[in-house]
Amino acid sequence: MHPTDFTLAGALAALEEGAISSVELTQAHLDGIAKLNPRINAYITVTAEKALAQAAESDARRKRGDARALEGIPLAIKDLFCTAGTETTAGSRILKGFVPPYESTVSQKLLDDGAVFLGKANLDEFAMGSSNTTSAAGPVENPWSRANDPDTRLVPGGSSGGSAAAVAARMALGATATDTGGSIRQPAAFCGIAGIKPTYGRCSRFGVVAFASSLDQAGPVARTVEDCALLLKSMSGYDPKDSTSADMPVPDFAAACRRGVKGLRIGVPKEYRLDGLAPEIAALWDQGLAWLREQGAEMVEISLPHTKYALPTYYIVAPAEASSNLARYDGVRFGSRVTEPGSDLRDLYERTRAAGFGQEVKRRIMIGTYVLSAGYYDAYYLKAQKIRALIRRDFEEAFRTVDAIVTPATPSAAFGMDEKQDDPVTMYLNDVFTVTANLAGLPGLAVPAGLDGQGLPLGLQVIGRAFDEESVFAVGRAIEQAAGFTALPGLRAGA
Amino acid sequence: MSLDSATVRRIAALARIRVEDDELPRVQAEINGILGWIEQLQAVNTEGVEPMSGGSPVGQAQARLRPDAVTDGDRAEQVLANAPDRMGAWFGVPKVVE
Repeated sequence: MHPTDFTLAGALAALEEGAISSVELTQAHLDGIAKLNPRINAYITVTAEKALAQAAESDARRKRGDARALEGIPLAIKDLFCTAGTETTAGSRILKGFVPPYESTVSQKLLDDGAVFLGKANLDEFAMGSSNTTSAAGPVENPWSRANDPDTRLVPGGSSGGSAAAVAARMALGATATDTGGSIRQPAAFCGIAGIKPTYGRCSRFGVVAFASSLDQAGPVARTVEDCALLLKSMSGYDPKDSTSADMPVPDFAAACRRGVKGLRIGVPKEYRLDGLAPEIAALWDQGLAWLREQGAEMVEISLPHTKYALPTYYIVAPAEASSNLARYDGVRFGSRVTEPGSDLRDLYERTRAAGFGQEVKRRIMIGTYVLSAGYYDAYYLKAQKIRALIRRDFEEAFRTVDAIVTPATPSAAFGMDEKQDDPVTMYLNDVFTVTANLAGLPGLAVPAGLDGQGLPLGLQVIGRAFDEESVFAVGRAIEQAAGFTALPGLRAGA
Repeated sequence: MSLDSATVRRIAALARIRVEDDELPRVQAEINGILGWIEQLQAVNTEGVEPMSGGSPVGQAQARLRPDAVTDGDRAEQVLANAPDRMGAWFGVPKVVE
């Protein structure tokens, strides 16, 4: 077995048995990166030397009998998490060269548990996108390709496209990611791996470059549901540096994976049967429900009546918050600066931001500026906040009768790099199944469940009650087990 | 509702983003496309609905108050470390006051 073929849980067991060292494991992943990253572009920055030093230290620690929860496990860190001393760009020209003097709480927690960082994963600029084509560091390629059309390069999804592609191509055992409207779950589904956006407040947002603060949540992507559970356990917990982080006990998520689904009531929202839903997606959804029924769960049809308003609501709330958050990029305190001879301060701001931000980011800042501007605030922003309350209420009603909700993760499999680029709204529709969980603050997990006719992975989504990631993991693991998803992408380390 | 080019210019100015004349028609069309799509929200009855602010799900404890005490500081070097135009202990900007 090649060292990059381990699951994260499997690698921990092999390290513990002494079958492999962290240095060997880390080197194997670095070799995979050296070979594949020039094409896949999943990493913006590779910190090979640092990683090997961390791995050596980790091996010594294990030898002393001091191994921690993730001792010696090589991970990719989305380049939205500030890493002390390592450039953090958020995929934007405006942060080129920015070296944070501090570490994000989530990445610090992973370091404290012994993880090894291979480098910083590519992403859509400021996490705005569903295709990882808006990064200033260039697009990421999905390691999967269509069986009947292998030359068309596919997107890995976004915004955590680098994280998902790195894990799928075995260039990392797991990765951190973030999800504002689907940015963990959609790329996980496109790349045939698992990923969970936990409940809002479960992970600290301190040191994560902010996009839309009331929606942003950190979470892991990994090759199995259990691996996600192990990572989330380390990433979670109250942080006084984030006033929205929840002071709640962090359960043993991995144990919850083994609970089974017997007796659970699974909600099936009728509004998610969209007109024109691809027959393959509908069939996979039905198959997933059948698997859960066979394992003793009960299916219950539910109604989430405001579902169709979720995406337009999101495209008011998220740009509004983004326009405020991104006001800090002014070319004065950090990041790049663009001036002309004779520029005054205002001209400095305007030129810096015009040159530093990409088209999609500028578009969203301007939409957000407009919906918050005098005279339009009530008609747009306040209206959206009210509809958001109705969407949250829909879920609250549903969770009176069900324990978890199962839906498709995405409306299609991964698409080509040149597809869906003409019209921003077409791209936005990718998040139709995922965005509701962000608006309501609920946990959502994507799990690979099958392949489409062209051999591309498709995922299902499990949504749970607030702070009940445990049921989400139990249902996700049951689907994963029944699906027996063993297909592998063509591009991968060790292949 | 459709924004005219003067309004798009005004928004860009509020957002402190320079938009060149030749970009304006494209930016205007994209923004109007998105706003047109968002318009469907006006059909939703939100009479008497309390707006949701913040991202917390139902049932989460309210944010706590912390003691009003200084917990960090004296990090001028770190704060200035990424400045594009550092001038000693200050951030440099073009002349603001004549």
